[in-house]
Amino acid sequence: MTESSLKPIRRLQLPFQIHVEQRLEDVPRWFPVLISFGAIVVALILGGIIIVIAGGDPFATYIHIARASFGSLGVFSDTLVKATPLIFVGLACALAFKMRLWNIGAEGQFFMGAWGASLVVLLPILPSETPQWLFILVMLVVGMVCGAIWGFIPGFLKAKLQVNEIITTLMMNYIAVSWVNYFIFAVWTEGGFQMSRMFPKNAWLPRLSDLAESMPIFRGLTTHSGLLLALVAAGVVWFILFRSQWGYEIRLLGDNRDAARYAGISVARNTIFVMMLSGALAGLAGMSEISGVVHRLQGAISPGYGFTGIIVAWLAKLNPAAVIVVSILFGALILAGREIQPSGIPKMIQGCILVCLIASDFLLRYRVYITRRIQE
Amino acid sequence: MELVNEQTQKKVVVSMRGIVKKFPGVLANDAVDFELIEGEVHALLGENGAGKSTLMNILAGLYRPEAGTISIRGKAVSFNSPKDAIQAGIGMVHQHFMLVPSQSVTENILLGLDEPRFRLRLREYEQKVVELGERFGLHVDPRAKVWQLSVGEQQRVEILKMLYRGAQVLIMDEPTAVLAPTEIEDLFKTLHSMAAEDQSIIFISHKLQEVLEISDRVTVLRRGKVTASGIPLINTTRAELARLMVDREVLFRLEKKAVEAGDKVLEVQDIRAENDRGLPALREMSLNVRAGEIVGLAGVAGNGQRELAEVITGLRKITGGKILVHGEDLTNKPVKTGIRRGISHIPEDRTHVGTAGNLSITDNTIMKNYNQPPIGQRWVVNAVLANKYAEDLQKAYDIVVPSIKTPVRLLSGGNLQRVILAREISSQPSLLVAVQPTRGLDVGAIEGVQRLLLAQREAGAAILLISEELEELLSLSDRIYVIYEGKIMGEVLDGDIEKIGMMMTGTPMKDIEARGSK
Repeated sequence: MTESSLKPIRRLQLPFQIHVEQRLEDVPRWFPVLISFGAIVVALILGGIIIVIAGGDPFATYIHIARASFGSLGVFSDTLVKATPLIFVGLACALAFKMRLWNIGAEGQFFMGAWGASLVVLLPILPSETPQWLFILVMLVVGMVCGAIWGFIPGFLKAKLQVNEIITTLMMNYIAVSWVNYFIFAVWTEGGFQMSRMFPKNAWLPRLSDLAESMPIFRGLTTHSGLLLALVAAGVVWFILFRSQWGYEIRLLGDNRDAARYAGISVARNTIFVMMLSGALAGLAGMSEISGVVHRLQGAISPGYGFTGIIVAWLAKLNPAAVIVVSILFGALILAGREIQPSGIPKMIQGCILVCLIASDFLLRYRVYITRRIQE
Repeated sequence: MELVNEQTQKKVVVSMRGIVKKFPGVLANDAVDFELIEGEVHALLGENGAGKSTLMNILAGLYRPEAGTISIRGKAVSFNSPKDAIQAGIGMVHQHFMLVPSQSVTENILLGLDEPRFRLRLREYEQKVVELGERFGLHVDPRAKVWQLSVGEQQRVEILKMLYRGAQVLIMDEPTAVLAPTEIEDLFKTLHSMAAEDQSIIFISHKLQEVLEISDRVTVLRRGKVTASGIPLINTTRAELARLMVDREVLFRLEKKAVEAGDKVLEVQDIRAENDRGLPALREMSLNVRAGEIVGLAGVAGNGQRELAEVITGLRKITGGKILVHGEDLTNKPVKTGIRRGISHIPEDRTHVGTAGNLSITDNTIMKNYNQPPIGQRWVVNAVLANKYAEDLQKAYDIVVPSIKTPVRLLSGGNLQRVILAREISSQPSLLVAVQPTRGLDVGAIEGVQRLLLAQREAGAAILLISEELEELLSLSDRIYVIYEGKIMGEVLDGDIEKIGMMMTGTPMKDIEARGSK
């Protein structure tokens, strides 16, 4: 009876048809690497097309980008400076995402970490003649604690009241930025400018250029010891996730909440602790940026590091080692992008890479067949 | 050119020839032939894992066969999606309904169709749904929201959905598994009235009784191969069908040693609990299990079995009563406490509760002892020992995988169940709660699981076996409780099937005895 109401759907008739089927076998280890590489090549081709449309020469542009970020020791050092906060926030997101907690508040936690570190100098918690090691240690701890508090609040709300952490962490970003703004406008303003006074030298993270007297090759290199901290943090996060009992709980919770509950693992407790550690890592990024690069508290300390961290974590497939590599690549893109155009094309290329990499994941999960259409 | 069946002189609707479908490690369909004629109810019979659902998923456009041809009314077809299949007039009603709970019946039926295009003239379409329902005896309120409907009504909506799309072939995948006895009767009436209107129905089942009751012809599958192709049921016996389904003449007899039952390990006293919807699931029920005995819990699915297992293992809070394990009060204690006291749990849902699909075999086998020495040391997991532990279990329990690093989502049902059993039994539990431990497994695997359970019984474990397979309960259990609507109807010691059957439909033991003495 209903045949009349159903019109046959007209479809394009190709001699071949594409069929997609879910993969039922594990892919070999080299396969994901190959796919990611292929995705980047495709992205660069797409980026090249954009450059051509904009009237540029894609080859010259790409060579310029490579030179501007990896071409010399000096620029590579600058790339690493950009990569350092990305590693921290990338780890922060990777850790939370591993448990499928969507902490998109790394930006706010970054600002709170920076604020906490500044507090040590500006309140002041320590007098300005404190030895450097103690200064930095206390700044580290206070920065981490402030970040952790910013992670604890949404974590607690999620664990006890099932409040969606995506909303709370996102909204708390704005609170954190405004909080910092309040201090640089009103409390710690220096001569009416929207920034605090410069920190004393012993509150600075040591830079490579500090070693230039004994090793001239380091002259003018801005890479600071925050990078070292970031690498250590990556090691620690890796160890926690893949070697510790807590990490096992996190991975089990992330893959299957019901199975974790069945194994006797507390969802609420882990939600709170993971959000706190995630916040602390993002707070470390803020501390390292304040103490290693900016040396004062001001408004423009982050060009959205916290949000880039989400992308970094995702592209690194939540693997701490891969977070380092992806962060350096993103550091390079941020740095070199500014070389060719302040905004616009470089962001488009970044976007192309991102979309291609994420889309390429499809090929890991599905097999694509092309078959001949049966003659009807 | 339409084909005609030689025996019945009726039109052939569906003809599948030489269908082959492989899954990793399994040949799910091995050159299967299948033929469906107009206006018949054709049963597809076979044990779990025999390849029935695979064959029908191919016909419904969900899978692509590796080899073989399908023709509908004499015309060769190649389906790329369920949409292609439904256009050819083939609709499948799956075991798990695909309905949107918050939408009305009519909205669900119209979902995904090209018409109505822009304006949802719901009233008009509601009328159509009612008319269609009346024609086939499928009564359901078109304005009711799906979540308000009983399971049987939801199934009717699924059938209406397919009929509305113009299905002339209806595939029903184990439709009675979720239904109460009265609902099964209604379903059978509907199927008969549909067949009378020249609709063809494929009825997938592993239950002999139902197949004999409802179908005209039967095709039997065994381990991916056809053992009987479209034989009329009129001159077939139950025993014959059973032999075609199971490749052994006599059902194996499990060697059940005499074990003296020991102390009470589990005591459940007057417990009450609610289900996920907040409705009462357990109503003041009590039972006990002693060391060295297997106690069966029989009942139609959804009468509180799942909730009971969850309550005992600490996954669900109870609202009244007491749970004692070894005399210790474990009422509403966390899951971890239960695990420490030696409670093991083989959950009903292997993929969603029992295992974490993307984690490796190793990670899945250490789920219960990752924080116990020697694998858990202080706050670290000893990866070397964990891998060794997993390898030992893999060998001891015959888990077939390329490596212990393989994510378990790639394992077949039988292997997955062995991973769970390996984990739950190797801890030498004092109490084992096993829910449907053999569901969906092939004969060999079933026997393996049952032997493991008996071995645990001999080792002195108290086992609560929750199952819907009466035969399994009868062959394994020392005692059988029957559950109905969250209450224990009675206890059977002698395996009296008749009594169990009556209690399963809601007659308490005391009523049966009262009737018997009259």
